[in-house]
Amino acid sequence: MNQIEIKGITKIFGETIALRNVTIGIAENRIYGLLGRNGAGKTTLLNLMTNKLFPTAGEILIDGQNVQENDQALSRVYCMAETNLYPENMKCRAAFDWSREFYPKFDRNYADQLAILFGLDTTKKIRSLSTGYQSIFKMIIALACQAEILLLDEPVLGLDANHRDLFYRELLSNYSDNPKTIVISTHLIEEAADLLEEVIILKEGEVLLVDHVENLLSRGYTLSGTSALVESYIKDKHVLAVESFGGLKTAYLLDDQKREGLQPGLEITKLDLQKMFIHLTNA
Amino acid sequence: MFMDTSSEKPIYIQLAEWMMDAVLSGAFPEESQVPSTTEISVNYRINPATALKGVNVLVDEAILYKKRGLGMFVSSGAKSRILAKRRKDFFDSYITALIAEANKLGIGQRDVIAMIERGYVK
Repeated sequence: MNQIEIKGITKIFGETIALRNVTIGIAENRIYGLLGRNGAGKTTLLNLMTNKLFPTAGEILIDGQNVQENDQALSRVYCMAETNLYPENMKCRAAFDWSREFYPKFDRNYADQLAILFGLDTTKKIRSLSTGYQSIFKMIIALACQAEILLLDEPVLGLDANHRDLFYRELLSNYSDNPKTIVISTHLIEEAADLLEEVIILKEGEVLLVDHVENLLSRGYTLSGTSALVESYIKDKHVLAVESFGGLKTAYLLDDQKREGLQPGLEITKLDLQKMFIHLTNA
Repeated sequence: MFMDTSSEKPIYIQLAEWMMDAVLSGAFPEESQVPSTTEISVNYRINPATALKGVNVLVDEAILYKKRGLGMFVSSGAKSRILAKRRKDFFDSYITALIAEANKLGIGQRDVIAMIERGYVK
């Protein structure tokens, strides 16, 4: 049984249809990547899941309970969003204490350890933090709050490469110690790809694909060779895109068929999640 | 680092191969403990389910075994089992690829054999 059921969700803002009949099941204790281009509806979906927005149609259930006006269901979810929900004059340290009001299992010791690890000065006011440290501050609360469901909207925004690496490791270590359901929305697909078990791709407010990452990667491949050979090979295949360069062609395919009997002059290479995403969402 | 992000092989297979290399090289001696799936996951930044899948490949092939409550260990005889398997795979992984590349370049059978012999002299 899925822990989160997103059922027929449509969200309209004025004339804009942000989400159209979105249905997704999210299984317990897995790491999901929520991917989509700018404006695909990722943040809207996360906001609907935490009752910050109300759907125009459809419903979202957590363990069978509608999240709308349901504090009990919502107390199990932490959403790390771009917008800051804490009073800007508050010091980080006080915000940690305050978080315990909403998340009684908030682990203050762990939060302090993370602050030292990331070099966050907890005596500073939230307002005075740089973009990167604003992200770090929110991410520490996300990791320490012990919620069963973590929704992370662009968690590494503004973080340098070292802090991003540290964050991915801490997230995995946290997840291994206390398994939980994690949904990460990110544009840095290449970096996050190996962390994910499942992937959801949104395109223009609709679900383009939900799949296990490993399964999806096993179906995708890149074929290159001379134009004539590539053209004849891809005739009956699911082609995402074809690029020509001189007399050579490169085709990006998503295909369950076995790749046997490859003619000399054709070469198959990997199609990684980021490239696959680009070709899927361009099409 | 065992991961080759450009490789077509799934990560769990790359992980299993990396651990087998470590057993062959003696980095993981027989009857010694290997890193836990959590350690592998955090260290290489991969999903724990992927790490577990890679380790389970080796458990299925009796290269690793589980000691209840303690962790994963290298089986005795693991090294010779890996060697036997690698030798069996040698033809498919190396010889077939060598001949295909030689054909592409128009290098004949005799020249390939001569080159191999030259490689041994060096």
